[in-house]
Amino acid sequence: MLDSIRARLIVIGILAAIAVFSLWPRDVKIRTRGSDGLMHDTTERRVALKEGLDLQGGIHLGLELDQSKGKVPNVADAIDRALKVIRTRIDEFGVAEPLVQKLGSTRIIVELPGLKDPARAKAIVQRSAFLQFEMTDKEGLFRGGLAAMDRALSAAGVTERSVGLAVADSAHRAAAGAGLPPGGAASVEQILGGAKPDTGRGARREAAKTSDTTLTGPLSPLLFQGTMPGEFMVQQEKVAIVSRMIEQVDSLRLLPRGIVMRWGAQPLSRGARGYLSLYALVERPIITGEELTDARAQLDPLTNQAVVNFTLSRRGGRTFERETGKHIGDNMAIVLDNLVQSQPPVIRGQISTHGQIELGNSSLQEAQDLALVLKAGALPAPLQIVEERTVGPTLGKDSIHDATIAATVAVLLVIVVMVGYYRRAGALAVAALVLYALYTLGGLAALNATLTLPGVAGFVLSVGIAVDANVLIFERIREELALGKSVRLAIDAGYKMAMNAIVDSNVSTILTAAFLFQFGTGPVKGFAVTLILGIIASMITAIYVTRTFYMIYLERRPGLQTLSI
Amino acid sequence: MTRFFAHANYDFISLRHYAYGLTAAIIVPGLIWILAGGLNYSIEFTGGTLEQVQMAQQTNAGEIRGALDKGGLHNAEIQQFGTPLDYVIRARLSANEVVDQKQAERTSAKVDSALTARFGPKSFTVQRVEAVGPKVGGELRQKALVAILLSFLATLVYLAFRFEFRFGVAATLATAHDILTTLAFIKYMNLEVSLVVVAAILTVVGYSLNDTIIIFDRVRENLHKYKRDDLAGILNRSINETLPRSVLTHGTTMATTLALLIFAGEVIRPFAWVMTFGIFTGTFSSIYIASPVLLAIEHRWPGKDARGVRARVAAAAAAGTKLPTPREPAPQP
Repeated sequence: MLDSIRARLIVIGILAAIAVFSLWPRDVKIRTRGSDGLMHDTTERRVALKEGLDLQGGIHLGLELDQSKGKVPNVADAIDRALKVIRTRIDEFGVAEPLVQKLGSTRIIVELPGLKDPARAKAIVQRSAFLQFEMTDKEGLFRGGLAAMDRALSAAGVTERSVGLAVADSAHRAAAGAGLPPGGAASVEQILGGAKPDTGRGARREAAKTSDTTLTGPLSPLLFQGTMPGEFMVQQEKVAIVSRMIEQVDSLRLLPRGIVMRWGAQPLSRGARGYLSLYALVERPIITGEELTDARAQLDPLTNQAVVNFTLSRRGGRTFERETGKHIGDNMAIVLDNLVQSQPPVIRGQISTHGQIELGNSSLQEAQDLALVLKAGALPAPLQIVEERTVGPTLGKDSIHDATIAATVAVLLVIVVMVGYYRRAGALAVAALVLYALYTLGGLAALNATLTLPGVAGFVLSVGIAVDANVLIFERIREELALGKSVRLAIDAGYKMAMNAIVDSNVSTILTAAFLFQFGTGPVKGFAVTLILGIIASMITAIYVTRTFYMIYLERRPGLQTLSI
Repeated sequence: MTRFFAHANYDFISLRHYAYGLTAAIIVPGLIWILAGGLNYSIEFTGGTLEQVQMAQQTNAGEIRGALDKGGLHNAEIQQFGTPLDYVIRARLSANEVVDQKQAERTSAKVDSALTARFGPKSFTVQRVEAVGPKVGGELRQKALVAILLSFLATLVYLAFRFEFRFGVAATLATAHDILTTLAFIKYMNLEVSLVVVAAILTVVGYSLNDTIIIFDRVRENLHKYKRDDLAGILNRSINETLPRSVLTHGTTMATTLALLIFAGEVIRPFAWVMTFGIFTGTFSSIYIASPVLLAIEHRWPGKDARGVRARVAAAAAAGTKLPTPREPAPQP
């Protein structure tokens, strides 16, 4: 008897020691590749049961390929490459313990705990960062085709008003046209362009031209010639309308071959009016961001504007040098995610590996973010956010506070009920409950689980359910005592007879919890894991631990006639 | 020692018809209401945007609605959330509309600018944002349904294996009943069906199953012990014998769910409501759905060892020989 008690105590002790060990904070060495390409060991303090996003605050994003503007041929491959790019970006961004992983074969999950500025993080993750250098349409191919485009649009019954109505309608439904720059679709005026406003030199020249050549049609009156070939100015209010018309022209295959129309990134103001530039560009880029090896943000000391300086690889540098050599005196547009950054500068000489992107009046931080995403590389295809959860840090703190109170009250109530009803036996059960909590939390720590709010609720609930096994046993012992059995026999019978019920009921609960785990995401998974571990721990403590306590109790009182139960 | 219901001998089974009436009175109007009006699904399932904001100064839902209307968000639901300073704003994507996924992303930006325009900058802090595309929502609905159905199947198989097939059927029907009453309860309380509430429903399923099995375990034991009793008598006896356990366990579980309900905050409250109700319906269904179904199966398909048949034969034999029907426990092996 004594030997078996000792063996049981050792088992209980070992389990407790394992639980304490996995709960103990410790230092972990993490090997990562640094920015210089070498492996570094960093030591990090890992605290067991770190709080989930809903408790410590942070952002959770689910991303999928955006196929609305063109099918992506190989989704799985694109997702794999996007995953790599996002991982690099997040590493550069510098968040503690980020999580970037694939969910299934079509979705990427990004979790950034403790983040203050979710909008910025979203922009960094989602930005395509597709950089290309394209020459402007210096031959005026687009200008030349404008008359034909106007005729075709007129023939199709398109007027500024009809498109304007369609645009207004779609703006109302908050589904704006493709490729629109920010703020483009906001307001649409319904006045027909009768009086041409005074709009700087270029515009006046264009206005003169239109009357000279008697170009009439829906499109051309909306475009004013810019300061270089292939550059046009469009009034802010007409941007959405022009965008629609260009789409139609494109679908009618009337755009000259090899020419692509792109909007400028930043609006300009001439006089009292706002304009957005529209560029006709040669579609084939002379080089793309793939060849980029480094990018750094800087404030230009002369203009005090943010710029990004980039460096190309040697191969890219050679191509760039050759191409720019061919185009000296022409304008080259720097296109980022289909928007032209600043006015295309004139190429004055051959450019090799170094270049600069001007960002107008963006902040230094925006420039830094751009440098970061350029360096990490472009996404293979645009991504859209299909799921977002952001929790502010204060809400998390409140949740922890409330959950702690609830847990304390719940545990106290359970203790009162158990000790009040079962007296000394109840006290034994409560002592086992302490081990139950230790085992469950240790198990969670060993599984590297995070503590979520539903998880905490599940744990609190499981404390109430955990005593069930003990209740079953104690009730059985009482029944056996009532049948007139001796204390020892009653205890033995109680444990034996209650066993079936305990095992069957708990196994079926575990089955349900397993399905919960299977279907759940994030917090719900945490809940299911807590429930499953709690049930297992409660079976161990109720059956094995309290039994051991009873053995010790009986060993010390050999002549026991009555039982406090 | 204190013992509740130590020698309870209530005739639960004979009251079953009243119980059916009671549960029908809960389920039927609830289901009709759900069919007519639908459940209040969270944006996790419908797709859309939820934003929880904390205002710096007291305001009311009407003012916030005004601000959002001005900002172009017309169909947002606004709900005070716990304290007078906290509000939850929900903009759902309606199911019939084909919408750009990006709309969900843009809504939270719209809410921010609308509130800033009305109340000024720094007049509120964003506590929580959830934005879910319609595709994700649809996937989730399907997954939840599959999870519940599969858990049914697993229970049926496990119980058929551990007990007998009819026990499995009875327990599964009791579980289905619990889901129906819980759904009705959710409708009556106008609780939002979120992921966490679905988790609560599945937990109720597990809990109720647990309770049913405790009673069935006793039934299984008593079927061996009292060979001459009919099934109704054995069911009554088993329910009465497990009554003290039921009172204690449901008591402690209730204590924890009430603690969660009262103290654990607004986010977890729907979960706590469903769990609290689940304890009642789980207990009820173990006694008044699972057990009577077992009885009904026995009546409809009496097997070789059908209790009803054998008990009647035994009773007739006893009457014939004018011996009292043995009601004492059979001697134990």
